[in-house]
Amino acid sequence: MANTDLFINIIENMAKAVIENKEYLTDLDRAIGDGDHGINMSKGFQAVLSKLDDMRDKDLGTILKNVAMTLISTVGGASGPLYGTAFLRAATAVDGKMDIDKTDILNIFEKAIEGVQTRGKAQVGEKTILDSLVPAYEALKKSYEKEEGNLEAFRAAEEAALKGVEYTKTIVAKKGRASYLGERSIGHQDPGATSTYIMIKSIKNILEENHK
Amino acid sequence: MKKIINNPNEVVEEMLQGMVLGHPEYLKRVEGFEVVVRKDSPKKGKVGLVSGGGSGHEPSHGGYVGEGMLDGAVAGEVFTSPTPGQVFEAIKAVDGEAGVLLIIKNYTGDVMNFEMAKELAEAEGIDVDFIIVDDDVAVENSTYTVGRRGIAGTVFVHKITGAAAEKGLELAEVKRVGEKVIKNLRSMGMSLTPCIVPAAGKPSFEIGEDEMEMGLGIHGEPGTHKETIKSADEITDHMLERILKDMEVKGDEEVAVMINGLGGTPLMELYIINREVHKKLEEISIPVYKTWVGNFMTSLEMAGASISILKLDEELKELLDAKADTPAFRQL
Repeated sequence: MANTDLFINIIENMAKAVIENKEYLTDLDRAIGDGDHGINMSKGFQAVLSKLDDMRDKDLGTILKNVAMTLISTVGGASGPLYGTAFLRAATAVDGKMDIDKTDILNIFEKAIEGVQTRGKAQVGEKTILDSLVPAYEALKKSYEKEEGNLEAFRAAEEAALKGVEYTKTIVAKKGRASYLGERSIGHQDPGATSTYIMIKSIKNILEENHK
Repeated sequence: MKKIINNPNEVVEEMLQGMVLGHPEYLKRVEGFEVVVRKDSPKKGKVGLVSGGGSGHEPSHGGYVGEGMLDGAVAGEVFTSPTPGQVFEAIKAVDGEAGVLLIIKNYTGDVMNFEMAKELAEAEGIDVDFIIVDDDVAVENSTYTVGRRGIAGTVFVHKITGAAAEKGLELAEVKRVGEKVIKNLRSMGMSLTPCIVPAAGKPSFEIGEDEMEMGLGIHGEPGTHKETIKSADEITDHMLERILKDMEVKGDEEVAVMINGLGGTPLMELYIINREVHKKLEEISIPVYKTWVGNFMTSLEMAGASISILKLDEELKELLDAKADTPAFRQL
């Protein structure tokens, strides 16, 4: 789909969505973690916003790499290295490219998943980012296989990510500070899976706007 | 929220400025980063020790920077691990060409960020290794969790590895000593009140007037369970029992005891806990070699305490007794 303008647009919208949900994500984290997820993510994406102008007209790999380095150097906590590594790996999927197609989009997601798995030593079902990211990727893939367009694909991805977030309410946390709660983490949704959902939803929203 | 602050987003920066101004004979700032190092860093030929983590645990970790303890401390946002870039700056600032040992508390974020910093430093040719402290017996240690947390016992690790590095041991040896401390170290904490992270503005968890939270960590994260508050002796016995159940101390083996306050508990209560710890240990014939009572690793204004027990051998005793001269710990 995308040329770099649309890509910048997506990143900008993603950043704004995360910042808007600062309180919400922090409240979720307070219930089962240490109550800083929204604060840290918002801080990181504020920094991304301030660097957006320098990223314009750059290739997509460079844009993603810039986002990654900004997150790694500003977020801290567990989400900094996790999202940072996800963006850094994703950047390798589109290195030097000014346009991307469906295969590239799937590659971006695959690399991001790989990054989170490696850095966080986590798998699906452990109440983490992966519980919304992986279903979203699978929905995207399925939709593309049916020859659907980007908007349909990201609608499906959003829906799958949301289901993933709901699923995290039913399982015990095995990673991060929430894991100390054991059974007591059941009933709460994972803040990381939720921030991933918010990011995927923001992509769908931009595609929807452009479609009008 | 009622706090003596200016801007919730500037608390770490303003604290670090005040800390360096308060202890100019010990500390200097790595400009532009949330890092303090020993005034005479880097010490050529000496293994550099770097610790750190989220802020809010003062005097940890900056308070232990000085002779015989840490060379550098990295201060993340309140209860948030510092970024790899910050840790990397600390490593560079203390590298005296004998390698740098990172002392990490076992939290997902800390481990990831310090590991990334290690990768950055190694790419620049600095020899870096790390040890992970996981002294908290309240957390289930199984392959299905991230393992036990690092809490107040970490300050024993700072003290003993610091003495080992000061003595001139090489990196692998300092690491060996650090791992020996970790292997023989157990802690458990409890709290009466939550704390308020300045940027969040709300209490970290809710707790009834007559309740206490057992086994909590040092970040305001809830503990393992709530129960009705009991007497100091009952609370102490419960925590000590949990600790001793998890370690093997033979009759004549000596231990070091740390009674740590979480920030909002008066020393009076810490001494009351200490009294019972000594009484109980005497009953089961475990000799106490050394006792530390005070606020070593806090959780902002949380009321609560933790007990740490470290089993000693001759080597650890000697290193525990060695000179240390830092803003928050002085043994001359």
